[in-house]
Amino acid sequence: MAKVGLFVTCIVNTMRPEIGFASLKLLERAGFEAEVPRDQTCCGQPNMNGGDKAGAKEFACRLAKLYASYDYVVAPSGSCAGTIRTHYPDLFDEDDPDGVPVKELAAKTWELTSFLTEVAGLADVEASFDGALAYHDSCAGLRELKVKQQPRALLKTVRGLELKELPDAEVCCGFGGLFCVKYPDVSGEMVRKKVADIEATDAKAVAMGDAGCMLNIEGALARKGSDIKVWHVAEVLAGLAK
Amino acid sequence: MTSPNEWHTPEMHVTSERFSENARHALDDKVLQGGLFIFAKGFTALREIGISQVPEFGDMRDRARDVKDHVLANLGDYLEQFEERVIANGGRVHWARNATEANEIIARLCAEANAKTVVKSKSMVTEELELNPHLEKQGIEVFESDLGEYIIQLRKEKPFHIVGPALHLTKEQVSDTFYEAHKRYGRTEKVTEKEALVREARIVLRERFKQADVGITGANFLVAETGSIALVTNEGNADLSATLPRHHIAVTGIEKIVPTLEDLGVFLRLLPRSALGLDTANYLSLYTGPKRDSDPDGPETFDIVLVDNGRSDMLGNEFQDMLRCIRCGACLNGCPVFTSVGGQAYGSVYSGPMGAVWTPALAGITHAANLPNASTFCGKCEEVCPVRIPLPNLMRHWREREFERHYTPAGQRWGMGAWRWIAARPAVYRLVSSMGGRILRAMAARGWVKKLPGFAGGWTEMRDLKAPEGGSFLDQYAKGRRS
Repeated sequence: MAKVGLFVTCIVNTMRPEIGFASLKLLERAGFEAEVPRDQTCCGQPNMNGGDKAGAKEFACRLAKLYASYDYVVAPSGSCAGTIRTHYPDLFDEDDPDGVPVKELAAKTWELTSFLTEVAGLADVEASFDGALAYHDSCAGLRELKVKQQPRALLKTVRGLELKELPDAEVCCGFGGLFCVKYPDVSGEMVRKKVADIEATDAKAVAMGDAGCMLNIEGALARKGSDIKVWHVAEVLAGLAK
Repeated sequence: MTSPNEWHTPEMHVTSERFSENARHALDDKVLQGGLFIFAKGFTALREIGISQVPEFGDMRDRARDVKDHVLANLGDYLEQFEERVIANGGRVHWARNATEANEIIARLCAEANAKTVVKSKSMVTEELELNPHLEKQGIEVFESDLGEYIIQLRKEKPFHIVGPALHLTKEQVSDTFYEAHKRYGRTEKVTEKEALVREARIVLRERFKQADVGITGANFLVAETGSIALVTNEGNADLSATLPRHHIAVTGIEKIVPTLEDLGVFLRLLPRSALGLDTANYLSLYTGPKRDSDPDGPETFDIVLVDNGRSDMLGNEFQDMLRCIRCGACLNGCPVFTSVGGQAYGSVYSGPMGAVWTPALAGITHAANLPNASTFCGKCEEVCPVRIPLPNLMRHWREREFERHYTPAGQRWGMGAWRWIAARPAVYRLVSSMGGRILRAMAARGWVKKLPGFAGGWTEMRDLKAPEGGSFLDQYAKGRRS
């Protein structure tokens, strides 16, 4: 049987461990036994996007080695999976031997909902959710990995769930990693618009595929005193969103 | 002492250091925010409708990218061919290595024409060069004739957008501006309606066209095989600027070359669709040399000033893709940062994603570092770019240059170094993440952190932070939890 290594990501590890357990549950439901290598750390996106290319290469080599024995690497994040799959190969010159294992890692790395639909062919998540749920397309998943229909296809199999499309579902929420602390005013305006769009639907909850966007959107909703809940798509699909 | 390379150092004045401050002002400006809201919704929708009618739009984008890549790989040859053709047609080509040279050449050509009045059509390159103040210092009166450019010239503002320089203004603001500025022409009645404002601008500018000694235009494209310049406008003012005065000077960047008229076709289909969702612009004109004996009218002289000003520094390195840019503005219209703060906050005549890559090349990364950093890398710009410029990657390359040269802010640099050290040591990483969770739980009131210290305070300025509920994933997993 194919071996899946789950890359839980830093934000999930520290801030939202439940997303990691929801991912394990979904992978199991899809017929895969997933493991979490204990020595996993960060994919290095903060360094890569901060201009520290040498540092980013070090992260890439480390991760390639750590996941060398797995057939697939799955992350509950378009942003971290996009870093590995889309950006890692570009860090290395064509003839750099260090790039070889990194490119192998990139080719077997998947965002969770993509993996469940495109590789595992999961037809029904056998979960339920009561009511209307809005969905926000997190940017990196959407544009770097073409994650658009995959989460929707899976959400449609959730009993009792009514999917609400947001008017500007593809517009960035303003998280952007360090961007949100370096340019708080601009980021604040972006998330203000996103939250207003979410509130304009009558959904009692909103789901998305990246924990970074979640922290941003739920934090902005909380600041406004809204009781709209924010879930990771994995939590909804695993039946953990209550 | 001047360095041997100083003659070709690119020159562009920017105030991009003040991006955050400018952005705050823009966010507090209710009138501007109202306009930005309509702009953001409207322009994106126009483009989407426009391109939905062209199933081959994707192929056109590939073709345009390939043409531009071919030109950039053979730029010297095409520029020489262009120059030869222009000379054969009776025109002249002038080469300017930087803004100073360009402005001197144009001022000299104006002096040769004994110019007292110059009328201009919209040209971002002349904005980049700050040509108008240079000519005004020589005692020449300069009139912008594109309606938007005319308005911001009267208001002494920088363009809001590379395609729509005055899109941020309301008709009331324009009405006030015209009322003040047009008194000198004896127009003392205050006009308030949109059509009447346009009519008034037309009447005032028509006189300037008749009076002008020199017409200065930009050029959207330069056609190497014919030595022609192509101008794409919606107001027809470029044609009046190019044909009514006795002298025509076209000013543009060296990257605007396309090899043939056939190649030009694909760009003429892409540009108006990407900019405004239009299948074609209102006016497309090709100018090829001065008036010939058989022509009933046209300018006596035809001069083209080709400006480098940092462009050749982008050739052959990680920034070369940027030279494909055709200035359609689609990346600005789709950008969530641009549509939040508007173009003037960028402190550069080139704003939005294209400006975030272009500006550091011309003004230097030390002055423009905010621009490639003020992006979430959401990727919308790359998605809409008609010539497929990987804008987020290019912004990332500027961040790399910044890091290499130790310009990255010290705190961030230190943070990245520390993070790299921690992430290479899994036991330390696990300890740090567990402690981080515990600290946040201790800081939280009923599960939410309302205020974070230091750098992280930027987060809680705008939003709360939900503290993690249990131990870290890796800790729980180590204890045997699996679902």
